[in-house]
Amino acid sequence: MLEWRRRREPSKAMLYLSPLIAIGLTMLTGMLVFGAIGYDGLRAVTAIFITPLIEPQRWADLGVKAAPLIMIALGLAIGFRANIWNIGAEGQYVMGAIAGTGVALLTHDMTGWWILPAMALAGVVGGAAWAALPALLKVRLQVSEILTSLMLTYVAVQFLYYLVRGPWKDPDGFNFPQTKMFSASQTLPAVAEGSLVHFGVPIAILLALVAWFVMSKTVAGYAVRVVGRAPAAARHGGFDANRVTWAALLAGGGLAGLAGLLEAAGPFGQLTPQFPVGYGFTAIIVAFLGRLSPVGIVFGALVLAVTYVGGEIAQSTVRLPSAATGMFQALLLFFLLATDVLVRWRLAWKARPARSAP
Amino acid sequence: MTAAILVSIFMTLAAAATPILLAALGELVTEKAGVLNLGVEGMMLCGAVAGFAVAYSTGSVPLGLLAATLAGVTAAMIFALLTLGLGSNQVATGLALTIFGIGASSLIGAGFVGRTITRLGPLFPADYAAHPWLRLVFGHDAIVYLSLALVLAVGLFLRRSKAGLILRAVGENADSAHAIGYRVLAIRTAATAFGGALAGLGGAYFSLALTPMWADRLTAGRGWIALALVVFAAWKPGRLLIGAYLFGAVATFELQAKAAGWSFIAPEVLAMTPYLATIVVLTMMSLGRRTGGRDAPACLGKPFPAQ
Repeated sequence: MLEWRRRREPSKAMLYLSPLIAIGLTMLTGMLVFGAIGYDGLRAVTAIFITPLIEPQRWADLGVKAAPLIMIALGLAIGFRANIWNIGAEGQYVMGAIAGTGVALLTHDMTGWWILPAMALAGVVGGAAWAALPALLKVRLQVSEILTSLMLTYVAVQFLYYLVRGPWKDPDGFNFPQTKMFSASQTLPAVAEGSLVHFGVPIAILLALVAWFVMSKTVAGYAVRVVGRAPAAARHGGFDANRVTWAALLAGGGLAGLAGLLEAAGPFGQLTPQFPVGYGFTAIIVAFLGRLSPVGIVFGALVLAVTYVGGEIAQSTVRLPSAATGMFQALLLFFLLATDVLVRWRLAWKARPARSAP
Repeated sequence: MTAAILVSIFMTLAAAATPILLAALGELVTEKAGVLNLGVEGMMLCGAVAGFAVAYSTGSVPLGLLAATLAGVTAAMIFALLTLGLGSNQVATGLALTIFGIGASSLIGAGFVGRTITRLGPLFPADYAAHPWLRLVFGHDAIVYLSLALVLAVGLFLRRSKAGLILRAVGENADSAHAIGYRVLAIRTAATAFGGALAGLGGAYFSLALTPMWADRLTAGRGWIALALVVFAAWKPGRLLIGAYLFGAVATFELQAKAAGWSFIAPEVLAMTPYLATIVVLTMMSLGRRTGGRDAPACLGKPFPAQ
């Protein structure tokens, strides 16, 4: 018989293996579930998880989808490490895009190299400002940041709807609820001539490196980890939990806001009601899949980008509804949380009761 | 304002309050046992879609409500398996459950978008409620009465029964409860299942009573508001009832203002009001209390056995 045995030390190997096991279990379950409800399960899973990886023309798409996920998840992971649960990244992403678009609309008739950086700065500030509200309420009044950050997401989305249907509506837009298209100086350039990959992709990678450096090589990163793991020890050591709360939420909001602006100035090129696409929530899965470490997050974001791109492929090849992507992503998170048990426990053969010597 | 209009406003208010009252009441019991299940929104969506699918296919609303309750319990059991069985983080697993509920309801509901059913009607025959004021008493559907009865039942259970005392003990001090021989994990699982059942039922109220048709993400964050309501109510069923009906009033104001065509407030601003009101209420609660979450069960969200 098998039995669970508690490990003396958390298993390093399982820490990195369990995400892979979770991906495997997700594919297997997906195949069975979608097979059971009448789709070609094997083809669906192949289309979602394999096709995007083996068709080079999809790779640019993977990078474009992964970039905002990397940025948002980096910020969230800092918070999760310190037990700060910012789950309103979607709202901060939207507010970043709104603030950046504000700058774009003001500078629409101008040209200059400074316009995009100004938009990006506004994006960071917009996202951080939206996260500052939960931070303030948490630090001053101990209001749960989980609830406030999420409520503010609904407010941000409604604010976006208001702007694109009202004051920011493009007068030449045939009455569609959308802003003007951004001008050439307001659009993210491609990394290479004729490529679909925009500058947000290298920025995301660069930010992951910066986050890795800050989290593992600086006192600030150490403070975040200590506050999360041992709040009492952190107080003794003189680390201020309130400062960590501020830092985690502002970093999370700023990064989500930057991601929002880069999406607006990149793939979208304007603001429309379709802008909130759920990256803020998917980034939560990315952060966990990446083990809350910056390098892991880059890989985690690629896996989730694969499910997005693959989901679109499965839509056209096996007619799998687009909602299936969301299901696969949720399954992945469930299996990830479930396989985490292997980090702390191991399966072992039950020791037989010792027989008495003959 | 005529009596008929006033009564109809109150009827809308009760209908708007009922689903979040149910979901919040379930979460209150779950949290009293020390389990923080942030998956309320996901469980509501599972209930909403299961209820609609079954009611649409069988033509029976009661069967739909039953299916919704079971769907909520099933979703809650996934949560219980992960957090109580495998010791995963409750916050993360609750988020996972909500993401799952959004995905699953959207997938199952894809075939039902735009379909309509006959909505859940009043419990009593129309002639009981012929007079406008009598409608206030006899004009509601069965779930409204059920939700009110459940508030009373849960209140009595928690305060007056031995089982309720044990449940609270498990939430306040799991180690002691274990030491004197209570089965902490079994009790927590049962409380989580109850929370799932009521969240599922509350979700089905959206798809079977409020809007008798299917639309994606029908619950629009009401599950999260239910979570906030538990904090507002300081984990007391009576205050939960007041809070839910206050929320119903905010939602009704939004509907009335839209219907009256108030052009000086943008519809998007009206749509923000429930969420802004929730933040304001949470803030005022903390201002009044000053000690942040003193009313919360002491072991809320903490794993057992301690890791």
